[in-house]
Amino acid sequence: MSGVRVLVGTRKGAFILTADGMRQSWEVSGPHFGGWEIYHLKGSPVDSNRLYASQSSGWFGQVMQRSDDGGKTWTPVGNKFAYEGTTGTHQWYDGTPHPWEFKRVWHVEPSLTDPDVVFAGVEDAAMFRTTDGGQSWQELPGLRTHSTGNRWQPGAGGMCLHTILLDPSNANRMFIAISAAGAFRTDDGGQSWRPINKGLHSQYIPDPAAEVGHCVHRLAMHRERPDVLFMQKHWDVLRSNNAGESWEEISGNLPTDFGFVIDVNTQQPDTIYVVPIKSDSEHYPPEGKLRVYRSRTGGNEWEPLTKGLPQRDCYVNVLRDAMAVDSLDPCGIYFGTTGGQVYGSADGGDSWSPIVRDLPAVVSVEVQSLP
Amino acid sequence: MNGLRCGTGARVRVVLPAHLRTLAGVGDEIAVDLDAAATVQSVLDAVERDYPVLCGTIRDHVTQRRRPFLRFFACGEDLSHHFVDVPLPAAVAAGDEPFMVIGAIAGG
Repeated sequence: MSGVRVLVGTRKGAFILTADGMRQSWEVSGPHFGGWEIYHLKGSPVDSNRLYASQSSGWFGQVMQRSDDGGKTWTPVGNKFAYEGTTGTHQWYDGTPHPWEFKRVWHVEPSLTDPDVVFAGVEDAAMFRTTDGGQSWQELPGLRTHSTGNRWQPGAGGMCLHTILLDPSNANRMFIAISAAGAFRTDDGGQSWRPINKGLHSQYIPDPAAEVGHCVHRLAMHRERPDVLFMQKHWDVLRSNNAGESWEEISGNLPTDFGFVIDVNTQQPDTIYVVPIKSDSEHYPPEGKLRVYRSRTGGNEWEPLTKGLPQRDCYVNVLRDAMAVDSLDPCGIYFGTTGGQVYGSADGGDSWSPIVRDLPAVVSVEVQSLP
Repeated sequence: MNGLRCGTGARVRVVLPAHLRTLAGVGDEIAVDLDAAATVQSVLDAVERDYPVLCGTIRDHVTQRRRPFLRFFACGEDLSHHFVDVPLPAAVAAGDEPFMVIGAIAGG
């Protein structure tokens, strides 16, 4: 590996951080698309120069950008996300029916095999796909039109499809998560979907064990063990050993089991990371101490990682798409905060240092391991 | 700037918000040739025809409605709430005054 490229989406533009394999000395480029919200940008696993970015604005709506040179230059591509067929309704905050309305793209997930194929998770929750490098986008309507769709409700941040996991061992299987509907799986390439929320328990819905309605914040998997999934829910950290058929809580000794991010060490499939956040509504680290928690046992037993992270007067948040892991050994872990810091660890989480300190609020972090 | 004064085929001057100028790669003002009489709709149709990257940024792709944080001004008037097929002021159709797309002064 010759290096890594960290892709950072912020409230006011995108930034690209690059380093060699030592991951000690960083170059920063940006802001790209200054002034626009960059909910997410991500590179193709099969062409590291091919990047996609979701650029949006309360004034001007959605724009999609593509780079073919690793983020040096960008070209706007198609930005029309039209729901297919009858739009239907979901529940609004007050429980009344509300028509589906496209607002923005939260997450882009390039195909594992074809740089021109990308999946997009959008608000109001739906899945879109391009097969022509982003020029046009078509909905996979089987998700939005699921029989439970009229019962889905937005979370505080909107009714967003924010997580897309592609199964490396099965091209027809994908996992997604929606706030606040829950997790879903397809086994036929996105034509049909079913909720995978058995074992989730959410006190904030009338039936805490309901089929849908759970506020799942993030899912993660190790690519060599795709049937094992990890979940950070609004409250509770959970694990599934059977591709989401059932879940068990693994919050263990965490100081709070609320949080947004969760990720898996690429070298150690049972080593996972979360950032506990105090809630309800505070949404900052407990005691003003920014701590990543690591479990080396696949959950339940957690250790705080503090070296290099602020341990006093820290009241930032780490949003759901703002943690990523590289594929080097030892694994590098990166996360961004609403205070504009991006922290990195080149030793599996033992120690951390800020790569940048003063960006706009960070919404998303991805990393590419460069050949 | 001279524009044609007939009902169709007029060349209209358009001023865009800064972010849309950047997106379209244009300067302070553009000029578009209309395919129909000068109305909000024909101006926006021409802008999107000549600068496809702006499709969906001024009016919604599906509903074709003006984005709520944008306004249309011309000749000292707010035209935002006019029907989109109402003729624009003669000075706009003549190219003497620009059609202005304005972003709301808001946000953090």
